[in-house]
Amino acid sequence: MLEHVWLIPLFPAIGFLINGLFGRSLGKKVVSWVGPSVIGLSFLTSILIFRELIGRPPAERHFEKVIFDWVVSGSFQTVIGYQIDPLSILMALVVSGVSFFIHIYSVGYMHDDPGFTRYFTYLNLFVFMMLNLILANNFLLMFVGWEGVGLCSYLLIGFWYEKDSASNAGKKAFVVNRVGDFGFLLGIFLLFINFGTLDFTDIFGPLQKNPHLINTATATTITILLFIGACGKSAQIPIYVWLPDAMEGPTPVSSLIHAATMVTAGVYMVARCNVLYSMAPISMAIVAIVGVATAIYTASIGFCQNDIKKVLAYSTISQLGYMFLGVGVGAFSAGIFHLMTHAFFKGLLFLGAGSIMHALSGELDMRKMGALRKKIPYTFWTFFIATLAIAGIPGLSGFFSKDEILWQAFSSSHGHWLLWAVAAVAAGMTAFYMFRALFMTFFGESRVDEHVAHHVHESPKIMTVPLMVLAVLSVIGGYIGVPHVLGGANHIHEFLAPVLGGGAESAKAHAGISIVSQAWASGSEAGGHSTALEFVMMAISVVIALIGIGIAYLFYVKNPALPKLAAEKWKRLYKLVYNKYYVDELYEILFINSLKNLGTGLWKGFDEFVIDGTINGIAYFIGLLSGVMRKMQTGLVQNYAFSMILGGIVLAAYYIVRAIFY
Amino acid sequence: MTIPNVPPECYLVLSGILFTIGVIGALTRRNAIVVFMCIELMLNAVNITFIALSRFLQSLDGVLFAFFVIAVAAAEAAVGLAIFVMIYRSRETINVDEINILKW
Repeated sequence: MLEHVWLIPLFPAIGFLINGLFGRSLGKKVVSWVGPSVIGLSFLTSILIFRELIGRPPAERHFEKVIFDWVVSGSFQTVIGYQIDPLSILMALVVSGVSFFIHIYSVGYMHDDPGFTRYFTYLNLFVFMMLNLILANNFLLMFVGWEGVGLCSYLLIGFWYEKDSASNAGKKAFVVNRVGDFGFLLGIFLLFINFGTLDFTDIFGPLQKNPHLINTATATTITILLFIGACGKSAQIPIYVWLPDAMEGPTPVSSLIHAATMVTAGVYMVARCNVLYSMAPISMAIVAIVGVATAIYTASIGFCQNDIKKVLAYSTISQLGYMFLGVGVGAFSAGIFHLMTHAFFKGLLFLGAGSIMHALSGELDMRKMGALRKKIPYTFWTFFIATLAIAGIPGLSGFFSKDEILWQAFSSSHGHWLLWAVAAVAAGMTAFYMFRALFMTFFGESRVDEHVAHHVHESPKIMTVPLMVLAVLSVIGGYIGVPHVLGGANHIHEFLAPVLGGGAESAKAHAGISIVSQAWASGSEAGGHSTALEFVMMAISVVIALIGIGIAYLFYVKNPALPKLAAEKWKRLYKLVYNKYYVDELYEILFINSLKNLGTGLWKGFDEFVIDGTINGIAYFIGLLSGVMRKMQTGLVQNYAFSMILGGIVLAAYYIVRAIFY
Repeated sequence: MTIPNVPPECYLVLSGILFTIGVIGALTRRNAIVVFMCIELMLNAVNITFIALSRFLQSLDGVLFAFFVIAVAAAEAAVGLAIFVMIYRSRETINVDEINILKW
């Protein structure tokens, strides 16, 4: 089965071609079958491959399949090839699985949209590109997938392109992502210069055995450049601004691309390059700090948003910050674990938001919701489960993954108690704003508009079933990573160990080089933490989450007048947060306007004056010269004949003179 | 019949005189047909040189060239005269002074 890894990305590609080329003539019905089923086939293939992979001993869980040579030019050789290892197959499972359910959901959600076929074409293309990104065995193919998902993201954000805001948001996402891609590409160039290849195995393999292949400075530069790419794709400070605007797209798109899969590509990439990152402690620190700063910063913005999708968007950025904190403190498997659980519960939250919009005729403003609990029970319960999961309530998936990251942030050699403290506060804030959203939507008094309230209805089965599946996953997804301290086996950590090393557990050494060697020498267990401390930390984070929930309850159920009072009291602070710290406006002034001015300057000053001036000047000069020269054309044929003969005489005279004198 | 022993210089001088007459005629006459005739004169002056030198050098190359020149002159006459007819029809003159629209 491993031989057939190429089937995983092939199925969505086939779906893309069928829907894209023939979708219009095949009709909605066929498209709605083709779209999800190709993803289902991918999912199935992933499961089969996964089963075969876990049948092998851990050390042999690596397989590469080269499809064909892609670029062969001198010393530069790149193939189209896929690799299967624990990390990539886990990602493939999550991506194809979550995509599958979101595709099914979309059939119901997009049912009446005129762009139905186009939607599924883009969505299938997206999954194809995403799987390429994940399964690629070299940086270049990964980059193709990386750009491909960016393209699909752009197409799907601007899916309703008649709306100005949607097409602008698409453009913004595309342009902001370019900034990150620039860094990623430079990182790839540096890798090629230093290693002469872009193959993962050819770079990381020798590097594990001999970390002295490159010095720390080079490793730091490469990893920082790669991280800039990750920042763009995964919406981290300072280039996170595109993700909230990306909510202009259809809600299942927000769920699939801007919550569950694409935006986690940055985390995946950092985890994939863990060998490099482990060699560059400075980069690790930057990743962790950026991650935790993003986590708390965007969580605070989530406090004051009234658009339910915007709340979820900021929450996504915040959770991505957690993942980066995880990988930044060397807990790569914890980051990937959180990536997986987040895909479940955040995907579910977005689908739930879509279901709410469906019930309320497209209403997004939480101030116009409320008391929907009884009216749309399936949506409510699944949304509730996801909210519990993201808030970190013990027993649900989010608890295990988030706690793992928090613990590692505290205990790992790359960690620091300050990182832990900030992340823990952010966790409490997450609990607060998520329960705020939950309470504003489903509890309290109904603030729904008169005419909307009449036809509030639960979504059809095709939408609620995916909700339920994801809800189940949100609950049980965490049990593959129950930490040892709770009596679990931390299966995911063990499973990922061949790729990600022992992770933070064994990364106790201080210097980068010894981290790598030790990480690869010892399996997953180094132990040595005090169990009691881990319990205390766990309890603290649970208490913080409960406090957040309690405050949300107080503010939005018990005493709904309180938020307004608070807003009045801290008016300036509220306004600042409500306007998202004016970052968009700041960027407008700093970058957009200055770039516009530069552009205008180049246009008027350089293009029009220098370039056009040179061209026009030359033309004018030639014109003048020609004005003089053209007088020679008298139009009298005998003049021409005369000059010809004169020329002949001169020539003859020359030869005669030469013959005589020499 | 014996050919009187004329020295080759005479042929070349004759050719030179004819050629010069042709050149002067081509440059000074206004009537296009006369100009044309002068050109023919120049061609034939060259022919004389060819033939004379061919004989003098005991080589057939010159004769061969002369034939070419005659053939080309014939073709030129056919085309040239046709052009003159067309010009006359449209402008009612074949005076080369007045055929001067191709200028600045």
